[in-house]
Amino acid sequence: MSQNYVEARQVSKRFGQHQVLNQIDLTLPAGMIYGLIGPSGAGKTTLIKNILGMEAVDGGTVQVMGVTMPNRPVMAKIGYMAQSDALYETLTGRENLTFFGQLMSVPKAKLQQMIAYTARLVNLTTQLDQRVSGYSGGMKRRLSLAIALIQDPPLLVLDEPTVGIDPELRQQIWAELNKLKATGKSMLVTTHVMDEAERCDYLMLIRHGVALAQGTPTELKRRYQVETIEQVFLKAGRLQDANNGNY
Amino acid sequence: MRTMAIIKRVLTQMIRDKRTLALMFLAPLLIMTLMYFLFQSNTTQVASLGTHNVDQQVLKNIRTRHVKVEKYATAAPAKTMIKRHDLDGYLTQKGSTLTVTYANSNPTNTSLIKAALQSGLVKLKMKSLVAVTKTQKRALTRQQAALAKVTQQRVQEKTARLKTAIAQAKASGDTATVTRLQQRLRQVTQPATPAKAQQPTKYTTTADYVYGDNNATFFENFLPVFLGFFVFFFVFLISGISLLNERTTGTLSRLLATPIRRGEIICGYLVGYGIFAVIQTVITVLFSTLVFHIQLVGSIWLVFLINLLLALVALTLGIFISTFANSEFQMIQFIPLIVVPQIFFAGLIPVAGMAPWLQVVAHVMPLYYGANALTDVMTKGASLSEISINLLILVGFMVALTILNIVGMKRYRKV
Repeated sequence: MSQNYVEARQVSKRFGQHQVLNQIDLTLPAGMIYGLIGPSGAGKTTLIKNILGMEAVDGGTVQVMGVTMPNRPVMAKIGYMAQSDALYETLTGRENLTFFGQLMSVPKAKLQQMIAYTARLVNLTTQLDQRVSGYSGGMKRRLSLAIALIQDPPLLVLDEPTVGIDPELRQQIWAELNKLKATGKSMLVTTHVMDEAERCDYLMLIRHGVALAQGTPTELKRRYQVETIEQVFLKAGRLQDANNGNY
Repeated sequence: MRTMAIIKRVLTQMIRDKRTLALMFLAPLLIMTLMYFLFQSNTTQVASLGTHNVDQQVLKNIRTRHVKVEKYATAAPAKTMIKRHDLDGYLTQKGSTLTVTYANSNPTNTSLIKAALQSGLVKLKMKSLVAVTKTQKRALTRQQAALAKVTQQRVQEKTARLKTAIAQAKASGDTATVTRLQQRLRQVTQPATPAKAQQPTKYTTTADYVYGDNNATFFENFLPVFLGFFVFFFVFLISGISLLNERTTGTLSRLLATPIRRGEIICGYLVGYGIFAVIQTVITVLFSTLVFHIQLVGSIWLVFLINLLLALVALTLGIFISTFANSEFQMIQFIPLIVVPQIFFAGLIPVAGMAPWLQVVAHVMPLYYGANALTDVMTKGASLSEISINLLILVGFMVALTILNIVGMKRYRKV
């Protein structure tokens, strides 16, 4: 597929007087891990919701798989992991996976395979038949990730996927995300963790609804003449504040 | 397929939640049992009436099994007496005037005393009338006897005269005159039938009942209303809170990040909770017919149908209302606003007797239509066509609310 998985042009969104997103451009081709970094309240989740079509843009356009969003059938091609774990606590892990698999219209035989595969991936195979109410925070996060993968989507939108997951499992998950990338899948990941940002192929620094900088981690570090992405972020933020002060 | 997934999930969640299941299925039985014993026993209400200086004859006639008469020797203002002895009324007599003061803290007791006083006074009047009539009757009988004596004497005289005339005629050989006189004689000696006094017609009553029998109690009247109310209340609460939970835990938003249609979510909810509403109806109806032997005049299937429709209205209403609540507690706050007023218009108080504006209010209450249809089917054996208007209005409520819900869900996803 030659087309870009996600193509956002000049996306703007406001809630009342508050400009949450200001003319954001985002292009996500196949086989890429795209990182959105920025402080909380920067507009990362709003951007994601615009891409998913849960919110309608006020300005600009969003296309996913070449289709203008919001569009309901395209949602089947997006694996979404929300910031908060939206799980049914009285159901078991397997029942949650089955439920969302059915909503995604995964055929019955394939669903069994996918449940086994995703559970193995997030290391939940043995706890799959326990109720979610007994899960730890990390287990719930992992189950949410498994649900995002249940229909084997070409595009994954992961909002803070590794919060509350221990470092060892985080390594495993990133290894798996890279494997998925190798099969041609793309991922849009938001994160706070700067060492995760380093693992992304491409980054967008977003602050106060504005895309401060975009580029590969190496490019960005070179551009701002710093050692880490964290320093890139701090420097770009100071520059933004300085510019705003000049107005 | 996606609707099926929602239905299956709703069912699994409900079955796992044992307390909610118990609330839905056992709580109505508990309330019904309580109501049965509260309304079934024909407890006699007794009002206490204090009296001072009232004629013994009057008291005798006022006393009924609903009014207990207490005589007080000491006089005090009525208000004081009522307060001191905790009376429902106080009666005094001055000459032929009776003065009664009601406590009126309990309107039922006030009307009991009123009725007893009225019937007591009527009885007294009747008795004096009867006494007067009896003396008149005696006088009349005496006069009649005297009259009868006089008449008899006259008949005897006439007979004697005729007999002598016949003897003379026979002697003279005038046969024609003999026959004529003999005829006269027969007429005269025929005993005069005395005019009978007309007896008053004695009326007796036999009562027949179109619906139910003379054992019909309040419980049987209230039962259809409560059957409808239970379903409405529990389904409203449970569906409202469960959709609220979906919203607050983020699962609704997560659901809408899948290609599911908004209508499929609502539909899944309708079917899933509708199943529990039907089970609840089956349990409550069977319980009332098998344990309490309530006679169900109409078709049991119509009862199920009405309750299912009521449940669907409650369900869509609960889902709709839940969008205005941010927590379970706020959802509970809607009960006195949305659910409790409905019970007043469900038939416990006859709607036809209400003020016109209240009747208008009644007609926007879903429970009014549901409970009316239930009452008609259960106690009058109404057929499907007789309750079809009520059912159509319920369907109308459901459709309108469903559309509102589907449109309202656009807030969480734009398509």
